[in-house]
Amino acid sequence: MLRYIVKRLLLFIPIILGISFIVLILIDITPGDPVAIMAGWDAKPEVIAQVAADLRLDRPIVVRYFEFVTNALKGDFGKSFRNKRPVMTDILSRFPYTALLAFVSVVLSVLIGLPLGIYAATHQYSWKDNTAIFATLILVSMPSFWLALLLVRVFSLGLGITPVSGIQKWTSWILPMFSLAVGYAASIARQARSNMLQVIREDYIVTARAKGQSERVVIYRHALKNACIPLIMTIGSLFGMALGGALVTEQIFSIPGLGQYTITGLINVDYPAIQGSVLFMSIISCSIILLIDIAFAFIDPRIRSQYIRKKVKAIQVGGEGA
Amino acid sequence: MAEKILEIKDLVVEYHTDAAIVHAVSGVNLSVIKGETLGLVGETGAGKTTIARSILRILPTPPAKFRSGEIIFGGEELTTKTEVEMRKIRGNRIAMIFQDPMTALNPIETVGWQIAEAISLHNEVRRDEAEKRAMDMLEMVGIPMERFMEYPHQFSGGMKQRVVIAMALACNPELLLADEPTTALDVTIQAQVLKMMQDLKDRLNMSVILITHDLGVVATSCQSVAVIYAGEIVEYGTVEHIFDHPAHPYTNGLFGSLPRLKTTERRLKPIKGLMPDPTKMPEGCRYAERCPDATEECSAKPPDVAEVTPGHQVKCIKAGR
Repeated sequence: MLRYIVKRLLLFIPIILGISFIVLILIDITPGDPVAIMAGWDAKPEVIAQVAADLRLDRPIVVRYFEFVTNALKGDFGKSFRNKRPVMTDILSRFPYTALLAFVSVVLSVLIGLPLGIYAATHQYSWKDNTAIFATLILVSMPSFWLALLLVRVFSLGLGITPVSGIQKWTSWILPMFSLAVGYAASIARQARSNMLQVIREDYIVTARAKGQSERVVIYRHALKNACIPLIMTIGSLFGMALGGALVTEQIFSIPGLGQYTITGLINVDYPAIQGSVLFMSIISCSIILLIDIAFAFIDPRIRSQYIRKKVKAIQVGGEGA
Repeated sequence: MAEKILEIKDLVVEYHTDAAIVHAVSGVNLSVIKGETLGLVGETGAGKTTIARSILRILPTPPAKFRSGEIIFGGEELTTKTEVEMRKIRGNRIAMIFQDPMTALNPIETVGWQIAEAISLHNEVRRDEAEKRAMDMLEMVGIPMERFMEYPHQFSGGMKQRVVIAMALACNPELLLADEPTTALDVTIQAQVLKMMQDLKDRLNMSVILITHDLGVVATSCQSVAVIYAGEIVEYGTVEHIFDHPAHPYTNGLFGSLPRLKTTERRLKPIKGLMPDPTKMPEGCRYAERCPDATEECSAKPPDVAEVTPGHQVKCIKAGR
């Protein structure tokens, strides 16, 4: 298992190299020249050349790429074109806000979505199930920014309970977290329901009932554990997405997180900021996927045995049949 | 001497779907004598599994609906028992073996845990005591106890079925419902598993309901046989009655469809036609459409059960004439 994790960590290197190269090319071919913007539209050629040299954009893309990669390996993502601060410092100072928003929203959505999904599945065909499905369908389809605006209209402007934006008070976090969690909870509930419905029909569930096991243990031990395996993927990717910065939500509520930083970087054509934040998000996503895979192995012995194949074979040779 | 451990009277089970009502079991009468094996024979969809699951009351409701009937087990009526009372019987006094060992075990729990689960549910024992007994059960079905901590995917089909059997027998049930226990296994393993079940049955003095569509299995392991067709028992008697003097045209058809080793046969002789649509059962005899001897009278009204010799019942108007 440890060997597997090390192997997976080493795989990060080519993935990250690839991503940073693609990002660099995409930025380069995107309209909007930072040199022209900074130098001004009527600048003289010498000034433009000077600005390009200052921003170190006067060299070919391949050279810039290698420079970026070698610096990134040292933990240096370059300096922002705009505020001249190291990108890494900015990212690290903003990441805690994004992480807090992501973590609480995902935990909240699991706490709402999972029980709802199980409830709907165990009451299939009843009006309770139909209501739950219909409600989650609406909530899944609802864009989170629209929900966010509705929430602001009702709770901030209408009732005056929560601040409209910012992070000054702890109550400021309620609306952004809730507006993210609602959509996540709905998709978790829908997936939990369909996984549960599939698992409940499995033969081993009948076996467990035929043993005389109580309905509670049948549902929560035998069925839920099996239904959770695909669900981990969903929850993990939601978390990965949220950690990458809930771009629109952070923008709406003026949360100084990673998402807001990325959007500002894009608007300002701030190459190091964009490169740095995309690279940071890629590393986070890769780590989340690795964690998901480890969680799979932890729950499902069939997957676990793939990682410790040699040991299993030894047992099979020693044992009978198999 | 012939003490009945289980008696089913006039059992009617239906499946209610949006589109129609499926008449799965229509008025079945059965009894199992202590220590004996009763074979339930019939085609796929005849209602064999529904009967077995009705006894344990583990049919999915909805769509399944228990309409009427009595199920008397050891002098107690099961159909009126509460869910809590039924849980004490399931896996403890009546156990079940399922058709497909590949899917009957929970893939993410160790086989040992799954056997021990049944033991600790019905016995006041400590965890380690339950595990010890689960290991003994594994040994009893011929699996080394070192494999206690292994998972179902590490076992072959035949081994998995042994685990399922160990799980079913873990609490010394009085009645074992074996639902096609060998159908999913290949022939050499079938023989092994049947032999093992037979030995264990004798050792533990169990009664067994063996569901199968394999007449060879019935001949070797059963004392009584009920032939089921379209949710009804069409012929019921001892193995000798059914095999030596089959009286119902369907039973005859089943035997006729078997290839014989002694004569050269160029083609198999299947029974022509299909079972009637279970949502639209015919008014008269349900076998009339496929029966070579059917007359107009057959389709007019359902035949009564006739006793051709004592203990040998046939649901056909021609029987006993």
